[in-house]
Amino acid sequence: MIFAAAARFAGAFVLILLGAIIVLLFLGGLGAFSRFGPIFLVSAAWDPVKEVFGAAVPIYGTVVTSILALIMAVPIAFGIAFYLTELAPVWLRRPVGTAVELLAAVPSIIYGMWGFFVIAPVMAEYIQPFFIDSFEGIPILEDLFAGPPFGTGILTASLILAVMVIPFIAATMRDVFETVPPVYKESAYGVGCTTWEVMRSIVIPYTRVSVVGGIMLGLGRALGETMAVTFVIGNTNRITTSLFGPGNTIASIVALEFPESPAGSLKLSSLLALGFILFVISFIVLAISRLLLRPRLKT
Amino acid sequence: MSMSATVQAGAVPGPAKDHRTALRLGRRRHRVNLLVKLLCVLATVIGLLFLASILLTLIWRGIAGLSITVFTTNTLPPGSNGGLLNAIVGTLIQTALGTLIGTPIGLMVGTYLAEYGRHSPMANAVRFVSDVLLSAPSILIGLFIYQLCVEPFGGFSGIAGCLALAVIVIPIVVRTTEDMLQLIPPSLREAAVALGAPKWKMIVLICYRAAKDGIVTGVLLAVARIAGETAPLLFTSLGNLNWSLSLSQPMSSLPVTIYQYAGSAFDDWVQLAWVGALLITVGVLAVNVLARFALRGGR
Repeated sequence: MIFAAAARFAGAFVLILLGAIIVLLFLGGLGAFSRFGPIFLVSAAWDPVKEVFGAAVPIYGTVVTSILALIMAVPIAFGIAFYLTELAPVWLRRPVGTAVELLAAVPSIIYGMWGFFVIAPVMAEYIQPFFIDSFEGIPILEDLFAGPPFGTGILTASLILAVMVIPFIAATMRDVFETVPPVYKESAYGVGCTTWEVMRSIVIPYTRVSVVGGIMLGLGRALGETMAVTFVIGNTNRITTSLFGPGNTIASIVALEFPESPAGSLKLSSLLALGFILFVISFIVLAISRLLLRPRLKT
Repeated sequence: MSMSATVQAGAVPGPAKDHRTALRLGRRRHRVNLLVKLLCVLATVIGLLFLASILLTLIWRGIAGLSITVFTTNTLPPGSNGGLLNAIVGTLIQTALGTLIGTPIGLMVGTYLAEYGRHSPMANAVRFVSDVLLSAPSILIGLFIYQLCVEPFGGFSGIAGCLALAVIVIPIVVRTTEDMLQLIPPSLREAAVALGAPKWKMIVLICYRAAKDGIVTGVLLAVARIAGETAPLLFTSLGNLNWSLSLSQPMSSLPVTIYQYAGSAFDDWVQLAWVGALLITVGVLAVNVLARFALRGGR
């Protein structure tokens, strides 16, 4: 009886924990919400001297870096999952799968250092000058790839994020691809389909919903990633049209500005309000991801 | 529905004049197939290259600064040949305590989900929330504990860091515990119940023992995850450049020290950051491999 009660209480504890996180973040951000009202969400201001704060720039940075990261990560993750389920020789599947999972285990601060000391110089030296030169004079692309090649900035942050979420998306895709009943695939091979045709016409239609769920899971990860982004985002509270420009994400601005925000200040309240917004966004994304993934991975 | 599309593309029956068309179509299909296969192999190679690049960079830059003083000296001001002793000890303490606090709760929640709640609405809610917390941004856990423990009690402390890490441990242990308990064959439970064992005895003496390897794997994965966490510690245990074992004082940790040192302008601090990064990554990946090994031994 005691054991059963303890188990039930532990279950309730998880719900309380979630409630407490939401309530405490909201209460912390209440000062900023009541001071600025709904304007907080759309204001691009961030002026600690005049005590005017807005969430628009970090929200923009969070969404843009995450989506760019997904654009880069999804094709690679798909390729890895396809390779691991259909193409790789059996003896190679386990080592390669383990290597990809180890990539997911590397702490995010290591990605930050790697991005800052290895990727950023490569971006500054080769990739950014190449894009800036190539697109010079072409109307929209010119603005998208403009500015001095510092190496850091939104595109670099997205690239690091992409590397970080690839293993999550790849592992989920591999798991859902493996749920396709072999008899479906064998029938398709039997009528003469190639591997790619089996993938396109059997596996993907069968797992479509879960694949989207896996991508959402990656998105949820990318939205809240802190340390890797903090190193390379450039920490500038301004919306730039250039992908090479510096920016901010919610997580990076919280990590970077927190040390200069005394307890009880309006700035700290604004950071907590940003935290609350991030929690709401990632909760929605992760909830959708769970709902899409559940029917396939839970039988 | 998807099958018919494949069949149309695949089978080309008909008179001899269609023979050439069929050959051409067949060649094209196989070229497309080959191209996709190549792209998938390329994607996998890219993924593995990222992992190799990260590991080689860490080894190359980390080994250069590895010496006995790293393990015997505390963090010191730049230029005075300091080490990482307090950071290493701080990480060990906080990881151990975080695991010790989080594991029993996670174990009970997992037990509740697998043995008591099963598919009741409450259990489904707990499972859902736990899965969302599993991927929730860790920086928000840090802000939550800051609001809960740091601000009300007037200071950053090691115990706050432990609590933040414990919150991260819980959903990881919940997931593996529930999965592992569900794998236990009903005959084992029935045998225990037939001998007259009460439910709690059946769970503790039979189910936990049968699921031991899986549960240990979950705990090890949790250890590997929290040992490298930086963001939640920034607002809780803060970091401490001096030797301190007190849980009520700010406590140093390897990831936070790496973060501070890597962003500094001093060469010897950056060098130490690389050493710390090498240590934490080797530790985390070793625990990860160990966890996989534990699971494989159990199957």
